[in-house]
Amino acid sequence: MAKATRAAFGEALVRLANTVPELVVLDADLAKSTMTADFMKKHPDRHFEIGIAEQNMIGIAAGLALSGKIPVAASFACFLVGRLETIRVAVAYTGANVKLAGTHAGIGIGDDGASQMGLEDVAALRALPGMTVLQPADELETNGAVEWMLRHRGPVYIRLTRQKLPEVHKPGYRFQMGVADAVYEPAKKPETHLQATVFASGGTVGEAVAAAEDLGKRGFLVRVMNAGTLHPFDADAAVRAAADSQRIVTVEDHNVTGGLGSAVCEALAERGTPVPVVRLGVREFGESGESAELYARHGISAGHIAEACLRNLG
Amino acid sequence: MDQTMTTLDPKTLAQELRGDILRMTHAAKSGHPGGSLSIADVLAVLYARFLSHRPAEPDWPDRDRLVLSKGHAAPALYSAMARTGYFPVEQLLTLRKLGSPLQGHPDRLRLPGIEASTGSLGQGLSMAIGMALAARMDRRDSHVWCLLGDGELQEGQVWEAAMSAPKFKLGNLTAIVDLNGYQIDGSVSEVMDIEPIADKFRAFRWEVCSINGHDLAQIEEALRNAKKRRELPLAILARTVKGKGVSFMEGGCEWHGKAPNSSELAQALEEVSRG
Repeated sequence: MAKATRAAFGEALVRLANTVPELVVLDADLAKSTMTADFMKKHPDRHFEIGIAEQNMIGIAAGLALSGKIPVAASFACFLVGRLETIRVAVAYTGANVKLAGTHAGIGIGDDGASQMGLEDVAALRALPGMTVLQPADELETNGAVEWMLRHRGPVYIRLTRQKLPEVHKPGYRFQMGVADAVYEPAKKPETHLQATVFASGGTVGEAVAAAEDLGKRGFLVRVMNAGTLHPFDADAAVRAAADSQRIVTVEDHNVTGGLGSAVCEALAERGTPVPVVRLGVREFGESGESAELYARHGISAGHIAEACLRNLG
Repeated sequence: MDQTMTTLDPKTLAQELRGDILRMTHAAKSGHPGGSLSIADVLAVLYARFLSHRPAEPDWPDRDRLVLSKGHAAPALYSAMARTGYFPVEQLLTLRKLGSPLQGHPDRLRLPGIEASTGSLGQGLSMAIGMALAARMDRRDSHVWCLLGDGELQEGQVWEAAMSAPKFKLGNLTAIVDLNGYQIDGSVSEVMDIEPIADKFRAFRWEVCSINGHDLAQIEEALRNAKKRRELPLAILARTVKGKGVSFMEGGCEWHGKAPNSSELAQALEEVSRG
């Protein structure tokens, strides 16, 4: 069943509250939107409402972590990354065991428009030493990612969607940090090469699967890799894909600079892997509209992905 | 030992801190002597009489926490830590040298006993609030001390934090503001006036206590009151003199971020040894 990853995140926190007694949750007046409101209601003594003051929330979370708590500080992705310097010093440099949950990732949020869209958060946060950046693509993966991040000692940023996402993982899937997993393999083996391997993450994974299915019906062989961990990035997966694919396509609901597409290119270039790469991502600030309309307008819809897989690269 | 370290004499410790600050910044050829000297007396009384800690066991869970939000005063903190047994006093002269745990600004991961990495002004009070919340959740007696500069109060995050501490009724939190009157570009009143500072903290629902930050008896009384059971966080506003104890460094912003040369060091050490 389709579900927003922010909703799966909120439910996971409630479910894990008793098994992780050190877990505390902080919000900056957006608990109803980050979906931590249920945790707040069930565990009022372990929830701190900080008001509209994100840098203070992040600093308080760091202090709680330095005294043994496992704080999850939640807000919109854009508002968290706006306090980058507090994240840099109070969390990452200090080595505080803080979990930052950035919801409302990308243009997929729709109507609220550009100022509410987290579009540069991955680029900024993956530049911080020691920071793990996760972006689950559906409910199952969100469950695994939240469990992992609460077990892991060290700062983590988890990027979550406002909009509902289709399930791309089968029952029995287990989240592995740092591993990109194939969520779609073409029906038959290629004689030499697949047309393309698509790397997607979060909100674009379902689009990529739809594109691959459509291309499959038309006789093209395309694989879809889900990058649930954006940092550290699974460089081996990119190199393996390059070995059996005519091209790599990356697609992200994030600025095209500094996120998934950059991570893939860095991995391929550093391994000396000669393969064409087409990067799809947002190149503007975003705008109001419906989620699907915006994916189409900004070039990250299933149709654009399919086109990128076949486009003549000259 | 933990609890209060009554074997140390605050006056002697303050004198040692001043000498160390001067020798350290001289050896490093850089650093911040002015704002380190201004908090030497407050830190000396705190470490000698009130900070509940175990230097041999820096992660003792019931310890008090001290967050040096004005991280550039690291030489004063390092000296207080060395003089109370965290590491050998000789190590102080490695300040700012490659590979030293004594970084230019405090680094928690490199030096055991540092509670929070600071140096980006405005962040310490939020972290101190988190520590105070955790202490209360765990029913520990730990007191959380946060040392801020006056120029630092120009940072917006300080006031986000100041607004939030009374909401959580953090009677286990004390902010000490080092009002030495100067910042890098000039006097605080000229750069961006923060007065009336006592009124501001009161308006944010803090308890407020104003003292002369070089009068050991006044400092002692204020810190003793800070540890008493109370409902609300306390701000101790300590009027100080930047560069206190060294005639040619006192007042002004010239010695905010400048180290003494060898002849200046000799004269300065002579002056602080006279007390």
